[in-house]
Amino acid sequence: MSDQNEIPLWEVFIRPRNGLAHRHCGSLHAVDATMALNAARDVYTRRGEGQSVWVVPSAQITASDPLEKGENFEPSETKIYRHPTFYEVPEEVGHM
Amino acid sequence: MTSPVLFETLLRLADDHLILGHRLSEWCGHAPMLEEDLAMPNIALDLIGQSRALYAYAAEVEGKGQSEDDLAFLRLEKDYHNILMVERPNGDFGHTMLRQFLFSSFMALFWDRAQNSTDETLAGIAGKAIKESLYHIRHSAEWVIRLGDGTDESHNRMVAANTALAPYIGELFETDDVTNTAIASGIIPRASDLRSAWETQVQTVFEQATLTPTLDHLAQTGGRIGEHTEDMGFLLAQLQFMQRTYPNMTW
Amino acid sequence: MYSQGLIGADSSSEETPEFLAKFQERIDREEKIEPNDPMPSGYRKTLVRQIGQHAHSEIVGMLPEGNWITRAPTLRRKVALLAKVQDEGGHGLYLYSAAETLGVTRKKMTEELLSGKAKYSSIFNYPTPTWADMGAIGWLVDGAAIMNQIPLCRCSFGPYARAMVRVCKEESFHQRQGYEIMVSLAHGTPEQKEMAQDALNRWWWPSIMMFGPHDTDSTNSDQSMAWKIKRFTNDELRQKFIDATIPQAEYLGLTVPDPDLKWNPDKNDCKGGYDFGPIDWDEFWTVVKGGGKMNVDRITARQKAWDDGEWVRDAALAHAKKQSKINAKTTLAAE
Repeated sequence: MSDQNEIPLWEVFIRPRNGLAHRHCGSLHAVDATMALNAARDVYTRRGEGQSVWVVPSAQITASDPLEKGENFEPSETKIYRHPTFYEVPEEVGHM
Repeated sequence: MTSPVLFETLLRLADDHLILGHRLSEWCGHAPMLEEDLAMPNIALDLIGQSRALYAYAAEVEGKGQSEDDLAFLRLEKDYHNILMVERPNGDFGHTMLRQFLFSSFMALFWDRAQNSTDETLAGIAGKAIKESLYHIRHSAEWVIRLGDGTDESHNRMVAANTALAPYIGELFETDDVTNTAIASGIIPRASDLRSAWETQVQTVFEQATLTPTLDHLAQTGGRIGEHTEDMGFLLAQLQFMQRTYPNMTW
Repeated sequence: MYSQGLIGADSSSEETPEFLAKFQERIDREEKIEPNDPMPSGYRKTLVRQIGQHAHSEIVGMLPEGNWITRAPTLRRKVALLAKVQDEGGHGLYLYSAAETLGVTRKKMTEELLSGKAKYSSIFNYPTPTWADMGAIGWLVDGAAIMNQIPLCRCSFGPYARAMVRVCKEESFHQRQGYEIMVSLAHGTPEQKEMAQDALNRWWWPSIMMFGPHDTDSTNSDQSMAWKIKRFTNDELRQKFIDATIPQAEYLGLTVPDPDLKWNPDKNDCKGGYDFGPIDWDEFWTVVKGGGKMNVDRITARQKAWDDGEWVRDAALAHAKKQSKINAKTTLAAE
């Protein structure tokens, strides 16, 4: 029963060749940055699709709120996936 | 440099790579996580790909009009000359990764030197294979470290894997008349020249994995002259099944 | 690979009519919905289930073909099959990744697959007893999947559409590889031709069933169509598939096992198409409900991989935790 902790989710960005920008191409699960980078090469560059690979823990990405309008004086930040799983609940709080 | 020696040298390399690639391919669909269901086939594809280049060249050298498939599928067991390490069952994921690490660490050193082979074709094969071997080392070493220094259970399994694999290391460095002739002609490097660098690489990774390299072990032998373990028969029964059941057909 | 007509979807929503109308307007303008956009809960639930089923199908789909990697008849066929099965794993991964943007974790989806709560395309509950099955699956099963996957590249949910674009790029090699195997066999020796015909006999009807029940018997299709999660009906895709595939079978010189197959010049707005025989829906539902030859084996295999891999995943996590403690200490010491 491994699972208080799940293997974390990482977002993968690939720059196919120099001169272009990195593009988001999907996600994968890995326990640490080295494994994430290795996995990203295996999953997303099997056909030589990428030169430079970036991996970022999904939970560490901050996103703008899509509901935000230009006139809003209180810009809000959010996680990239709005649904509950991606928010950490302290263990003491229990099931929410 | 007589052709039979070159042929035998190529065959041994090809058999090592086909048999190991075949074993690794057995994991496809059964890996501990989906990311590994992509990683292990990548390695297997590299190994089988290398075997194809080697078989094709071997067939050319043999000069009897055989194809890569004739060599790969239609020999008797005693005529396969792979080392025994690669024909052993996969065991658990730790055993598989450790085997890969030990083998690929050797092959990277071998291919690196073989890029200077007096045989141009083999040098070319080596140039491509070295890059792939470095990837194999990186992938397998990361796992050896994480499993060796993970949980108590994973550590124990890695110790068991190391014990199981230790007797099969010696064959990587074996020499005989064939290898000596090939070495003298500059076709392949001398394996014993690679031993020290190999041991250093293994030691570095083992330290991070909290594992101890095994020093004393009774070395298994016989693969290079076609004397196999019982696993080889079952492996060949699967590998050769279609070609034996439906002889002389095009697929 | 394809998950036929979303089994058991619930597209009910709790939102206000105004919200639903505004959302529908976006859909009608062909706007893409992205993970953080407001969306009806029914839309989200339907997608989670559909993408999940699709992902599970890819993963389970590795097994019937994986069955022949160690027995492939030539080195070229061996590497092609290994690459194909690996691709299917990759497709599963892209799809799990798309589903996760909706808040369901891969672990949860895996648990639901293993418990039987989540479904996968029942085509994979059929066995692969011969090498010719590798040809038939690539030709027919991948062919059917492509029919469904191309329209999904224009599905309204961004991550799913993008995953499908990736999948479609890789899929064309799969069908070609399968068909090429069929050509070798059908134009080969009598034994090879017989092997090919036998495989076609066994895979034809299950492939037709992949498109799911007839439109008249499909629940929830209307809402999926309205939300552009589904772009064509089951019957539309099924007809398209049959019309494309019959000439391919004719080229092979093989007989499609449907005595009622007949060209009808009035079909498809008088462009013509094939009339075909009645589908055995008893067989379909029996297999969907667990009575196919390989249902139990597929889940057993996936359960075993999951269980056998537990110590590996635990070890990797433990190592990562140890490392981050070490890194934290090092950072503190440096400050």
